[in-house]
Order: sequence, then C-alpha cells, then structure tokens
Amino acid sequence: MSTLRALSALSLALAFCSNPAAAQTPGLGQPISEADIKAWDISVMPDGTGLPSGSGTPEQGARVYAEKCAACHGDNAKGGPGYPPAMFGGSPLTSGIDTAKTIGNFYGYSTILFDFVRRAMPFNQPRTLTDDEVYAITAYLLALNKIIGDNDTMNAETLPKVKMPNRDNFVIRFPDRI
Amino acid sequence: MSILTPREGESAHVPLEPVAANGLLDRRALLGRGIALAGAMSTGVGTSLTSAAAEPLADDPWSLEQGATTPPLQTPSRFEKNVVRTLSNPKGEPRNQHARTPHHLLNGTITPNSLHFSICHSGLPDIDPDKHRLVIHGLVKQPMVYTLEALARYPMVSRMAFVECGGNSAPMFSNEPIQATAQALHGLVSCAEWTGVKLSTLLDETGIDPKAKWFIAEGADSLALSRSVPVKKALDDAMIALYQNGERIMPGNGYPMRLLLPGYEGNMNVKYLRRIKLVEEPAFSFYEGRTYSQILPDGKAYRFYFLQEVKSFITHPSFGHTLKGPGYYEISGVAYSGTGRIAKVMVSADGGKSWGQTALQEPVPSKAFTRFRMPWRWDGQPVTLQSRAWDEAGNVQPTRSEFVAARGETKKPPNVLGFPNQHYNSITSWAIDAKGEIKHVYA
Repeated sequence: MSTLRALSALSLALAFCSNPAAAQTPGLGQPISEADIKAWDISVMPDGTGLPSGSGTPEQGARVYAEKCAACHGDNAKGGPGYPPAMFGGSPLTSGIDTAKTIGNFYGYSTILFDFVRRAMPFNQPRTLTDDEVYAITAYLLALNKIIGDNDTMNAETLPKVKMPNRDNFVIRFPDRI
Repeated sequence: MSILTPREGESAHVPLEPVAANGLLDRRALLGRGIALAGAMSTGVGTSLTSAAAEPLADDPWSLEQGATTPPLQTPSRFEKNVVRTLSNPKGEPRNQHARTPHHLLNGTITPNSLHFSICHSGLPDIDPDKHRLVIHGLVKQPMVYTLEALARYPMVSRMAFVECGGNSAPMFSNEPIQATAQALHGLVSCAEWTGVKLSTLLDETGIDPKAKWFIAEGADSLALSRSVPVKKALDDAMIALYQNGERIMPGNGYPMRLLLPGYEGNMNVKYLRRIKLVEEPAFSFYEGRTYSQILPDGKAYRFYFLQEVKSFITHPSFGHTLKGPGYYEISGVAYSGTGRIAKVMVSADGGKSWGQTALQEPVPSKAFTRFRMPWRWDGQPVTLQSRAWDEAGNVQPTRSEFVAARGETKKPPNVLGFPNQHYNSITSWAIDAKGEIKHVYA
C-alpha cells in the first residue's frame, strides 16, 4: 500500500469513528477505491456504461469465432457439442412457450451479448479474450442475426445504439417489487 | 367410518368423521396424543397392514457384537445408498450441472446439506476462504472490502429459507404428464437454515447513494455469474449467508458465502458472492435478460420475475412408491411461498372434487418449507391425490388448467431434464391404481 493510500485509509477510519451512526456497526470492512476494484468491475449496462475502449468488425469476429468458439458452439454459430442451439435466427416467440431463444429473436439489449462473452467465454478460459476480440465476436454474431451490417464496426459508441428486434416485448412481472 | 382422538379437557373420545372422499380423515386426528381408529378399537386388528400375527422376537447379529468405529464425519447408513441426488451431467462436461433433491425419500422440512439441490453453470469453484473477498461499491458513500474473517465477527441472524430454481418443475409444462418422481419433477428446490450477516448491516457501513435503486450481485465462479436485484430487497431480508444448517455452506451451494434472497428465484441468490455494485438501473445480465426471462403464449416475455410463488406437492405417497394394500397411510408433502408463510394446505383424493384440510407441522416459517400431513385410510380403490396451498397473503396455488390457460404448455413432451419454460407452480396429481402403483397424471 502506498503512503498516500495508507493515509487516506487512516483518515477514513478516523472519519468513521467520529460518526455516531458508523460507530454502531462493527466497522471491520476495509475502504477501497473504485480504481482498485477495476479488475472485477466488468458489468456492462444497456446504455453502454462499463464498455471498454476497443473495436471489432464481423469479419474480424468470424476469425476469432472459428478459433475460440466453434469447438463448442459449432461452425458459423449453428450449435455444437457444448451449446446445441443455433445463436442466430430462430422462430417467432409466438411459435410456442418453449421456442429456442436466440440473440435475434430474444435479447433485449446488445450489451447482454458483449457482457456475457467478456465475463464468461471461452468456457474453459474465461476472461482471456481481448476487448477488441469481444467487440469483434459481438459484431460477428449481431451480423449473423442481420441486426447490423457486415461492414459495421462495434465499439463503445456504436454497440449501445444497436436496437435489438425484441427490445420492447418484455413485461415486468411484479413492478411493485422494484 | 369415524375415528376417535383424545382431546384436552375431555374424558370421552370424540368421533371424527372423514372430511373428503376416498378416505381422507380429519386432520385433528394428528393433533392429539395419538390416532385411534374406531375399527381398531372394536376388532383389535383392524389397522394392521398384514393379517398374520407378528413372529416371535429374537436378537439380531448386530445386537450381539461391538459396532463399527465412529467416523469424524458421519454419513448415512449403508442401507440408505439410494437416497442421493440425481445428476444431469455426471461427467462434468463443459456445460451446466444440476443435482436434484430426492423429496420422495425425505421427510420433515430441512434438506440435509449433502442432498440440497445444486446448479453450477461452470463447475464447482475451489475457493480458498482466506483469500476470498466481498467488495461493495458503486453508488455508495465509501466502497468497502470484507474478508470472511471480518464478516464472521458481525452480528449474525439465522433463518429458515427455501431456495428454488426458477426452472424447478419445468417438466410439468409438458402437454402430457411425464412419468417421473417428485425428485425429477420438483428436485430443484430445497430448504435449509441459513446463518449470516444481513446485507443491510453492511450497507449501513458503506452508505447508500439515494440514486441507487438496484444492486448487481456477482460470483467468483468462472462465469462471474451476475444478477440485478432491487435495493428494496437488500433493505428487507437479504443476507450474506455463511452457514447452511449450522456448517459452512457446501461448495455446490456457494462456499464460502452466498447471497440469500428469501423467496426469490434461486439463480438470484448468487453463490461464491464476491461483488455487490449499487446502480441506478439493472444490468440486464445474461441470466436475467435471457435464461430466466420466460416466453408467454402471446409471444411476449416476462422479465424480473423474482418471486417463487405459492406451491405444494405431495412427497408421500408419490411416483416411485407402491402402496402395500388397503389401510392407514399418512399423506404428506411440502408447501412454501416466496411471499411469506403458508396459511393452509388442502388435499384431495378424488382428483379435486372434494378437499380436506391438512395439519401443518409447526412452526410455520416465512418463505420456508412447511410440512403438511393428512391421515388417510385407503380402501384399495383407484384414487387421485392432489395438494393445494394458500399463503398468508391470500395467494392460492393454481390448478393445472388455470395455470396452462395463462402460461401455456408444450406441443410435445420435452426431455425430463429440459427447461421448456420457467416458474411453474400448479398442482401435482398422483393417481394410485388398485394395485397400489402410482402414476403422474394431470387431473
């Protein structure tokens, strides 16, 4: 811990001790700065908050996909041994309550795709993709679903502006619980 | 047929009549000091399951020798080898793994830790508790990090709570009843006593920015599984759970700490909890934006369902059991509601035409299993058993036809391990034929 950080932690600890409300709690947590949480703070919000710098195109994504995704998800996202359903197209949701959900027929926000690929994929080596690779895979899958063009570039500005076809089709079940 | 049961302050037995068709008896028979059946009192043998007299008694070998050495960690008798969870992915292939609770082989209201259901989407992480950290940040006055050692010094609370997967009972979306045990149909719910630190206690220390309406909870597993939860729940009864039925939480249930959101969808009770971020709007993570957002018959989809609604199912007798001839049996099962306490459970033995009220095992905790019991004298004719629960808020478990009218069903039977849709809570029916064999039916 740097001297500056130690001093700031100490002053915080003193501030908490002098606060009557805080004095009623055990106060055994350690203060930390948002900068020191950065490695864990990977949430990406629908408005684009949390998106990193970097970019990728469908063409770049196709190459990354073939190398790092196809073994489980199949060639061209058609489905494979680790994840049988296709990740594009799909029937209309009126086809039945068990209609297979795809990026195109179900996802309400493009950030769902980016966030999950970045945090969880590849399944056996999560969080090893570069941000450029995550943008590229996202672009590739959005283009396969014909939601963006084959030459569109995805980055922190363009991705949140992508309007997903199913965005306005959701109902909040118990609004009073929010 | 009438039955007699002793009552407080009364010297004479009061005859109790059947309360519904096909042999359902008044629950008050279970509330007194014992069950006395009128037939038995007059004939002496009327309640015996077999007509032959018992054999003379003699010592068995185990009564005549020293027993085995007591182990440090005890496990069930070798005669209970079949009482295990069933696994959806026993080889640990690179996909999710489900382990289901054998409800038809258990009784009471607590699920033993070794049999608590578990779903892991990317295997069980091997977490060193001394290195695990929980961070709370975002829209707070001061972000804080907690070690397990620190949390163990905080004021703790214990409470009973069921945890239920949003996909539990999904095989019952099938258009035809799938022949399967209560374990296969309903095994993704369990109930335990959880002990830990209330999340509101920690938020008192970090402070909450008034703009915060949600928090994102995230695990230390390889998927960094994350869900968005209203701050309203954090300030109500959310807990950072450290103990499960008195011992540290099992690896499959979130060791060394999990978020416990009593009554809310299992997946939101984030295991291996390492991060809580207070935010203005939900994240729409993969599991809330896709998996646990269910398609409705009109093509719309529910989002942020949260609640596991009022539900019950009979565990005894149920599919996989065989009744050994007419006579007395106890019908029992579990009931629970994410809204609060169970108020009433009714049982039918004629497919829902007539109903009798069951005895609820005390205590009846909020958002936890309540065992219901019903005395029953089976006359050996075909019957259809059902249970239906009400909670204290007045919510009633729907019939299957009511449920399907609102939520739909599949066009053909799905794989019993599949999840055609989510959040199923209607009535389960067990049909018993004259041989005592049990089938799953829709009635």
